[in-house]
Amino acid sequence: MYSTKYHNPASIDAATAALSSGEEAKVLAGGQTLLPTMKQHLAEPSDLVDIRGIAGMADISANGATLTIGAAATHASVADNADVQSLCPALAGLAAHIGDPAVRHMGTIGGSMANNDPAADYPAAALAMNATIVTNSREIAADDFFDGLFATNLEDGEIITAIRFETGAKCGYAKFPNPASRYAMVGVFVAQTGGGVRVAVTGAGDDGVFRHAGLEAALSADWSEGAVAGVDISPGGLLSDFHGDSAYRANLIGVMAKRAVAAS
Amino acid sequence: MANINITVNGKSVSKDVEDNTLLVDFLREDLRLTGTHVGCDTSQCGACVVHVDGKAVKSCTTLAASLDGAVVTTVEGVANGELHPMQTAFNDNHGLQCGFCTPGMIMSGIDMVNRYKADGRELTADAIRHELEGNICRCTGYHNIVKSIQDAAAKM
Ligand SMILES: Cc1cc2nc3c(=O)[nH]c(=O)nc-3n(C[C@H](O)[C@H](O)[C@H](O)COP(=O)(O)OP(=O)(O)OC[C@H]3O[C@@H](n4cnc5c(N)ncnc54)[C@H](O)[C@@H]3O)c2cc1C
Ligand code: FES
Ligand code: FES
Repeated sequence: MYSTKYHNPASIDAATAALSSGEEAKVLAGGQTLLPTMKQHLAEPSDLVDIRGIAGMADISANGATLTIGAAATHASVADNADVQSLCPALAGLAAHIGDPAVRHMGTIGGSMANNDPAADYPAAALAMNATIVTNSREIAADDFFDGLFATNLEDGEIITAIRFETGAKCGYAKFPNPASRYAMVGVFVAQTGGGVRVAVTGAGDDGVFRHAGLEAALSADWSEGAVAGVDISPGGLLSDFHGDSAYRANLIGVMAKRAVAAS
Repeated sequence: MANINITVNGKSVSKDVEDNTLLVDFLREDLRLTGTHVGCDTSQCGACVVHVDGKAVKSCTTLAASLDGAVVTTVEGVANGELHPMQTAFNDNHGLQCGFCTPGMIMSGIDMVNRYKADGRELTADAIRHELEGNICRCTGYHNIVKSIQDAAAKM
């Protein structure tokens, strides 16, 4: 691993100062993506600014149907949280199936959102539920947050502090994990929201997580597995790789959408 | 360079570490605790699993500098005069062949039993297989590893 300078700030202000101090400073959260990338010499941050020591960053709180999850909350703490389990069991279940137990003890929701891996789970939940991404300087709707493979609309030095979900109506998530990596080959999150039915697909799009208009229309008219069966799912714009071609992934989207509705 | 004060297997340790030192290298190179293994470069094999503040983590994917004040337990620290029930169970059930993955299996096994016991959930064979997704063994076919963990769970 290349050398780097480790910072452990106790406040957001100290963190932003540390982020602007280095040539190529990066936020460090659970490290479950960033450290493997550094080990493989694919990233060479001059500075690592650990946000886990900032008070309140890992808090999870519920206010009515609004769930606010601190950016440094680990996948395990989200999966085990009583408020998440009661307000949005689909989200607790999603967190419980990310990677493996050791990854879940360290990896965080903020890191997953900032990384926007095209096969990550949380981006599907955030997009389907139109979550709000809260940063040190502003609030961003999920619709405006994701920006293609491994890209988001975060500015340099901007820190996600929390993700806010409006819960209340039905939600469901189903993923077909890659048997080796446990990332999604295809994951589908279905949600009834104040703004209507929303369906987000991860693992499949060649430009990252996306909403599926056909599934949304069908499920708005009839929230059922049968409604999914009638939707034509095109392989256009889907990933093809040695794990599966775009036609295979298109078929999996339908299968996962049915399972997600059944689980809702 | 950072100075860290941590507790490793019950002993306090105060040492300077480079900012980019991984916990596994700190354990193996600085403390000469070579029971914790490195089996991959991709954070996927679990041979390096140790407990940090009571939770299983991959020591190859954790910075030592971030652990000031932490309590770390490695496979060398689980026996208490006699073997830990998890170690005995791997012995009794032939849960290993070459043994390379075993330190990680033992540490993940103890972690899962502790979590399931704390939640009052039953650790079924299916649950053990799901829990072992981050621990790869290239020798045994997993069957006896699952049996070992089930056996230990009944005795812990
Ligand atoms: C073996 C393995 C299996 C995995 N399986 C899955 C899976 O099935 N599904 C899945 O979704 N993920 C999976 N992951 C990824 C895992 O969920 C990561 O924890 C997650 O993607 C990144 O979170 P982190 O906290 O570890 O972030 P880090 O690795 O610390 O950081 C990742 C990136 O996000 C940035 N960042 C982190 N936090 C913030 C913040 N608050 N504000 C701004 N930027 C920030 C960092 O600068 C870095 O660029 C897996 C990882 C491993 C090693
Ligand atoms: S060496 Fe840590 S997961 Fe393989
Ligand atoms: S016993 Fe050889 S790798 Fe598991």
